[in-house]
Amino acid sequence: MSLTSIIFTLFCYLSLLLFIIGLSYKIIQYWQTPAPLKIPIAPAPLKVSGVIMRMIREVLLFESLFKSSKWTWFFGWIFHFALVLLFFRHLVYFWPGEIPVILMKTEPFKYAAFPLIIGLLGLLARRSFVDRLRYISAPSDYLMLVLLIVIGGTGMLMTFAHNHPNMLLVKNFAVGLITFNWSELPSDLIFLAHIFLVFILIAIFPISKLLHAPGIFFSPTLNQVDNARKRRHISSWAMQKEKQKEIFIKQNSEKDE
Amino acid sequence: MAEVDIDKLPTYLKIPAIQKDTMAGDGPFKASPEIQDQLGFPGEKVENWQQIAIEKMAETTSKYRSVQVFLDACVKCGACTDKCHYYLGTADPKNMPVARQDLFRSVYRRHFTFAGKYFPKLVGAKELDDAMLDDWYNYFHQCSQCRRCAVFCPYGIDTAEISMAAREVMNVIGVGQKYSNQILGRINKIGNNLGMPEPALRDTLIDLEEEIEKETGVAVKMPLDINHAEVLMVTPSADFFAEPHIDGLIGYAKVFHQSGVTWTMSSYASEAANFGMFIGSYELMRQGALRIRKAALDLGVSRIVVGECGHAWRVAYSFWNTLSGIGSGAIDEYALKLQKQLDSNYPQPQHIIEFTYDLIQKGILTFDKTKNDHRKVTFHDSCNVARGSNMGNIENGQFILPREVIKAACNHFADMPKATIKASTFCCGGGGGLLTDDLIELRIKGAKPRMQALKQSQENDGVNTLAAICAICKSQFSKVLPNYEFDPYMIVSVHQLVSDALVLRDKSQTKAEDSL
Repeated sequence: MSLTSIIFTLFCYLSLLLFIIGLSYKIIQYWQTPAPLKIPIAPAPLKVSGVIMRMIREVLLFESLFKSSKWTWFFGWIFHFALVLLFFRHLVYFWPGEIPVILMKTEPFKYAAFPLIIGLLGLLARRSFVDRLRYISAPSDYLMLVLLIVIGGTGMLMTFAHNHPNMLLVKNFAVGLITFNWSELPSDLIFLAHIFLVFILIAIFPISKLLHAPGIFFSPTLNQVDNARKRRHISSWAMQKEKQKEIFIKQNSEKDE
Repeated sequence: MAEVDIDKLPTYLKIPAIQKDTMAGDGPFKASPEIQDQLGFPGEKVENWQQIAIEKMAETTSKYRSVQVFLDACVKCGACTDKCHYYLGTADPKNMPVARQDLFRSVYRRHFTFAGKYFPKLVGAKELDDAMLDDWYNYFHQCSQCRRCAVFCPYGIDTAEISMAAREVMNVIGVGQKYSNQILGRINKIGNNLGMPEPALRDTLIDLEEEIEKETGVAVKMPLDINHAEVLMVTPSADFFAEPHIDGLIGYAKVFHQSGVTWTMSSYASEAANFGMFIGSYELMRQGALRIRKAALDLGVSRIVVGECGHAWRVAYSFWNTLSGIGSGAIDEYALKLQKQLDSNYPQPQHIIEFTYDLIQKGILTFDKTKNDHRKVTFHDSCNVARGSNMGNIENGQFILPREVIKAACNHFADMPKATIKASTFCCGGGGGLLTDDLIELRIKGAKPRMQALKQSQENDGVNTLAAICAICKSQFSKVLPNYEFDPYMIVSVHQLVSDALVLRDKSQTKAEDSL
């Protein structure tokens, strides 16, 4: 194997390792941190089924964002939706053995690259030209968009501008990563840039604002059932305080003890 | 009228271009060492405050999932930037919800995240230095914790949670706000925010009884500390003395009188408000809730009803069961005792609007709506009721029930523009511990979005009465309405409308009819 192939193979594993460890750590952290009070935000569902529906609407349709800002919703939603389609489009490369028919049918998903780029450019334009957004943006906020745009752009150059890398090599490399049967990867610059940036993105997932993805499921304002009067909600630390009578008003004493 | 430069109300509220530092300053008055002492906070800024503050931040993020997730999840999409009434009213960019959170988040990133530790400039991570602390104090006291931003955030990020966390960190290092902390001291010592002792309270209630009897000829009672009454009524202490609140209290009394349900107030727990929430202190909030539990147990009541107070209702509805087991499911001795004592046929606690609404549904109350015919009423959804509670155990009941009660008592009702009511309601501008004269400029400017919506209703529907169910809203509106060329007396309690239209019968008459 060439040095480039070795470096890229190691880099892929490293970024996946960072992703898995980092994300697991954050999810366990969110899971274990208690939510001591009921703080669902209106319009708050009174039943679990309502919470599930709310989550589905938020995650799939970005309902709250739709209420806030139509442009941000439009650009944001088409970007995310395109990203999902493109993810499925890429599975075919990593599938070891015979490719299921359903994956073969994802071929047209490649056109999702256009809404992806439009969405990202729209978001970048908003961030650059709306004074309020410019004020709240750190360099990393722009860089994240640029990173995604370059990933999308390099992908499109390969797909739509006759810069196809050797697909057999790509396939062997990708499947090799899954089956630990490593092989050479194509040395086209565009291709290398594309996968390098994708693995950068994967690596920084747990240490960046990409944590909004797991975060939304743990957001107490969205995932709580509004039933505090009927069912007692108490956190472990508050229960402990209660048992140890840290804050207590003596029941049988005179006023103002 | 307070002297603050405000523009005339526009026909439509535009999103202002940012103007940096329009609300820069020292923030509200700081709490004196004596005030801080009473609450167990350091009297003055401690020497190693930075270290203590960072430790407290670590504790808070480990105890509150909300804070931990909200600090991580924000993508700076900007959806919230034009949702805060203080931003719309002041144009100061640090009043944009995300920018307010970022004061806290930038320090969190610097100390608790990989990117912030090693690439602070890249991710906007900042040190907690004197300038940052000043910004914290100033701008976390320009948040009324109304949670409007959270409704519009795609992740439900609630700036109130962050501002509560920040205020708690500041209290722990000895930087407290005078207004909130002084009130918390009073409630713990005397039982209400005013520091009104029992004899004064009793006198006030007797005066009110006389006043009602003179006006109506019916002996409507205002009972205090009556053992074994059915209902313990817990109401914001402003109801005992402030206008227009007091007319709401009279309304509750008339409703109880008509209902035939025996009731009492408690001199030990004569306050529904719970400022512990504003400063993010679980302990102080629990203390306030325990007072009410104690009063309920001592008086042997079977129901607890809460008066017209916004954050009090949020604390009562959403937190009391957690804090002190008022409700069901708690297992400590006194909570179990209370569960036995309380009547499970009713929600515990219950809002006075729920109580009145039930009576209306059952046909127990009779109204002469024409008594309110001079009024064209609109309803201001108070933020804590609207976004942090429910009524009637039906979806969106907190929006439906108060409107139904108003409509039962009034012929003319019209809502304000849709984007400014219900879950999207604009704060009055004085909530969250900001109802103090040292913040008057902020209060006036922050009321602008609500005032603008009111003006639209005035022009379109001839609205001349603004009804609310929150003591803070009522006080705030009385004060700021004149700044926007409205009549300060147009703000009323919902139960004042009830009171004015309710047909009273005296007790003997009721009994006589019942026996027929």
